[in-house]
Amino acid sequence: MGYAETMARKSEILFRATGLDYREFSHGPLAFDYEAMMERVGYPPEEMRRIQSAAGVGNTPMLELRRLTEAIRRTSPPGKGARTFVKDEACNPSGSFKDRRASISAFHARKTGYEGIIAATSGNYGAAVASQAAMYGLRCIIVQEAFDSRGGGQPEILEKGRKCEALGAEVIQTTVGPELFYVLLSLLEETGYFNASLYTPFSVAGIESLGEEIAEQARRLAGRNPDVVAVTHAGGGNITGTARGLKRAGCSNTTLLAVSVDLSGLHMASDRDFNRKSFTTGHTGFAMPFTSWPDRADVPRNAARSLRYIDRFVTVTQGEVFYATEALAQLEGLERGPAGNTSLAAAMAVAREMDRDQVLVVSETEYTGAGKHPTAQLAFAEQMGIEVESGDPRANVPGRRIVVPRDLSQMAVVDVDLDRLRESFVHRAAQEVGRALDEREIEFLAAETRSTPERVRRWLPRRTES
Amino acid sequence: MLEQVKPGVWVRIHIVILSPAERAPGIPSDTASHPYEGWINGWLVEAARVGDRTTIRTLSGRLVLGTLVEARPGYTHGFGRPHPTLLAVGPSLKKLLEDEAD
Repeated sequence: MGYAETMARKSEILFRATGLDYREFSHGPLAFDYEAMMERVGYPPEEMRRIQSAAGVGNTPMLELRRLTEAIRRTSPPGKGARTFVKDEACNPSGSFKDRRASISAFHARKTGYEGIIAATSGNYGAAVASQAAMYGLRCIIVQEAFDSRGGGQPEILEKGRKCEALGAEVIQTTVGPELFYVLLSLLEETGYFNASLYTPFSVAGIESLGEEIAEQARRLAGRNPDVVAVTHAGGGNITGTARGLKRAGCSNTTLLAVSVDLSGLHMASDRDFNRKSFTTGHTGFAMPFTSWPDRADVPRNAARSLRYIDRFVTVTQGEVFYATEALAQLEGLERGPAGNTSLAAAMAVAREMDRDQVLVVSETEYTGAGKHPTAQLAFAEQMGIEVESGDPRANVPGRRIVVPRDLSQMAVVDVDLDRLRESFVHRAAQEVGRALDEREIEFLAAETRSTPERVRRWLPRRTES
Repeated sequence: MLEQVKPGVWVRIHIVILSPAERAPGIPSDTASHPYEGWINGWLVEAARVGDRTTIRTLSGRLVLGTLVEARPGYTHGFGRPHPTLLAVGPSLKKLLEDEAD
């Protein structure tokens, strides 16, 4: 079946591959009832926790990083340096928090009679889907963007491909390109399997248990709600699910800190740039487009809507994340994968701004191994002609130079202007609708951008003002 | 003459999913100038030689036709050499904690 023909049947294929009819929540081309979608499509929170617990997912330890906190305090102004904790999500069956997302999808696929499950992902999510599929006796196919046109593959992606096969999944590894979506559609049509998209309500609601556990454990271990929760940010699911769980658990004053690795200047669909990045997720290449327009996913309505939840958004450099990964191993005895430590890198800088009695929780770790490790990543970067040096991380240039900080005081974050992303969101919405927006649509955009109808009107391009 | 691979052997095939002309519109030119390719591992269905068009049965049970590229493919990614920039991190943090502070 050709590209254009398959893409033209997108809606029909996606509908059959999840059984979800998004039309019942929609009010016209733009507005839809997000809360109703999350409630009616998913499972009640207690049931999700029961499903996850039965599959060995969740209930991971939260660890206080005592030596790291002490080191941070030694580079902080007097009275500063928050108590820093990490949720050790590497303890999940396939080694990352992504098991929470996969578990509800796999449970639902089994319950509704699908024979198998498919996901298009180069990340830990593939291993999570493969692992849950194995547990539920479902067949599994993972499609990965893995190689550039010369056959070069990121060691981190190759490791994830190996892990998926080890867990019994068929793995299709492709060259660079957005046509991954076409492969996904073709496979869904050929097999009739369930589309374990990262962006269904099942997948996003599955992370809510992480937010709830963080709230419960922070109260138990530190005697208070977390002041800041640092969450690695890419497609928006991690932020959305964690924030919803925290809110349900009563953490209304907790600051949601979204963190992405700065890969500005590298094009995500470029064959040349593909292997010049040392991070395959948790980076700005996903975070910027998905924050400012979430409905670019492989489902009609993305359940991950990060602008509804982010309080502060910062970026860190690749070298800083490698530094954080080393620090976690050498001061805390926790050897974990670099991508999951993106939010830890930001935490090491943000904790310095916070008071000593405050609590900062890093929401995840991920497994590590061959390929998924700073030494492997830096060896590969050098092979790709990227300079690697010690020094001031501000000298970092994505795709050209990685600078690993010389000392802890050089760790810093760069704030992203959320209003700029909100404005961009409103512009895109106006463009999609293509006419003056009505009141309901303005209200919807205010909720989406956590602002007011007045501000939304100000952000609207002139010709579509209502 | 290349050695014949027996049926039932774990192999890797290559497929051309889209030719450059069939690729998605709007992708960067450095990507669009190449075909969109894929690789899949599975068990060889009938005896074949590297370079032959042949069918495999995959881990999910599908039959897929492609060009045989390798018999008994392996995983070769590793850890690489410890980098001096990383080796320096642990000792400097430990020194920070050991130094008399406050």
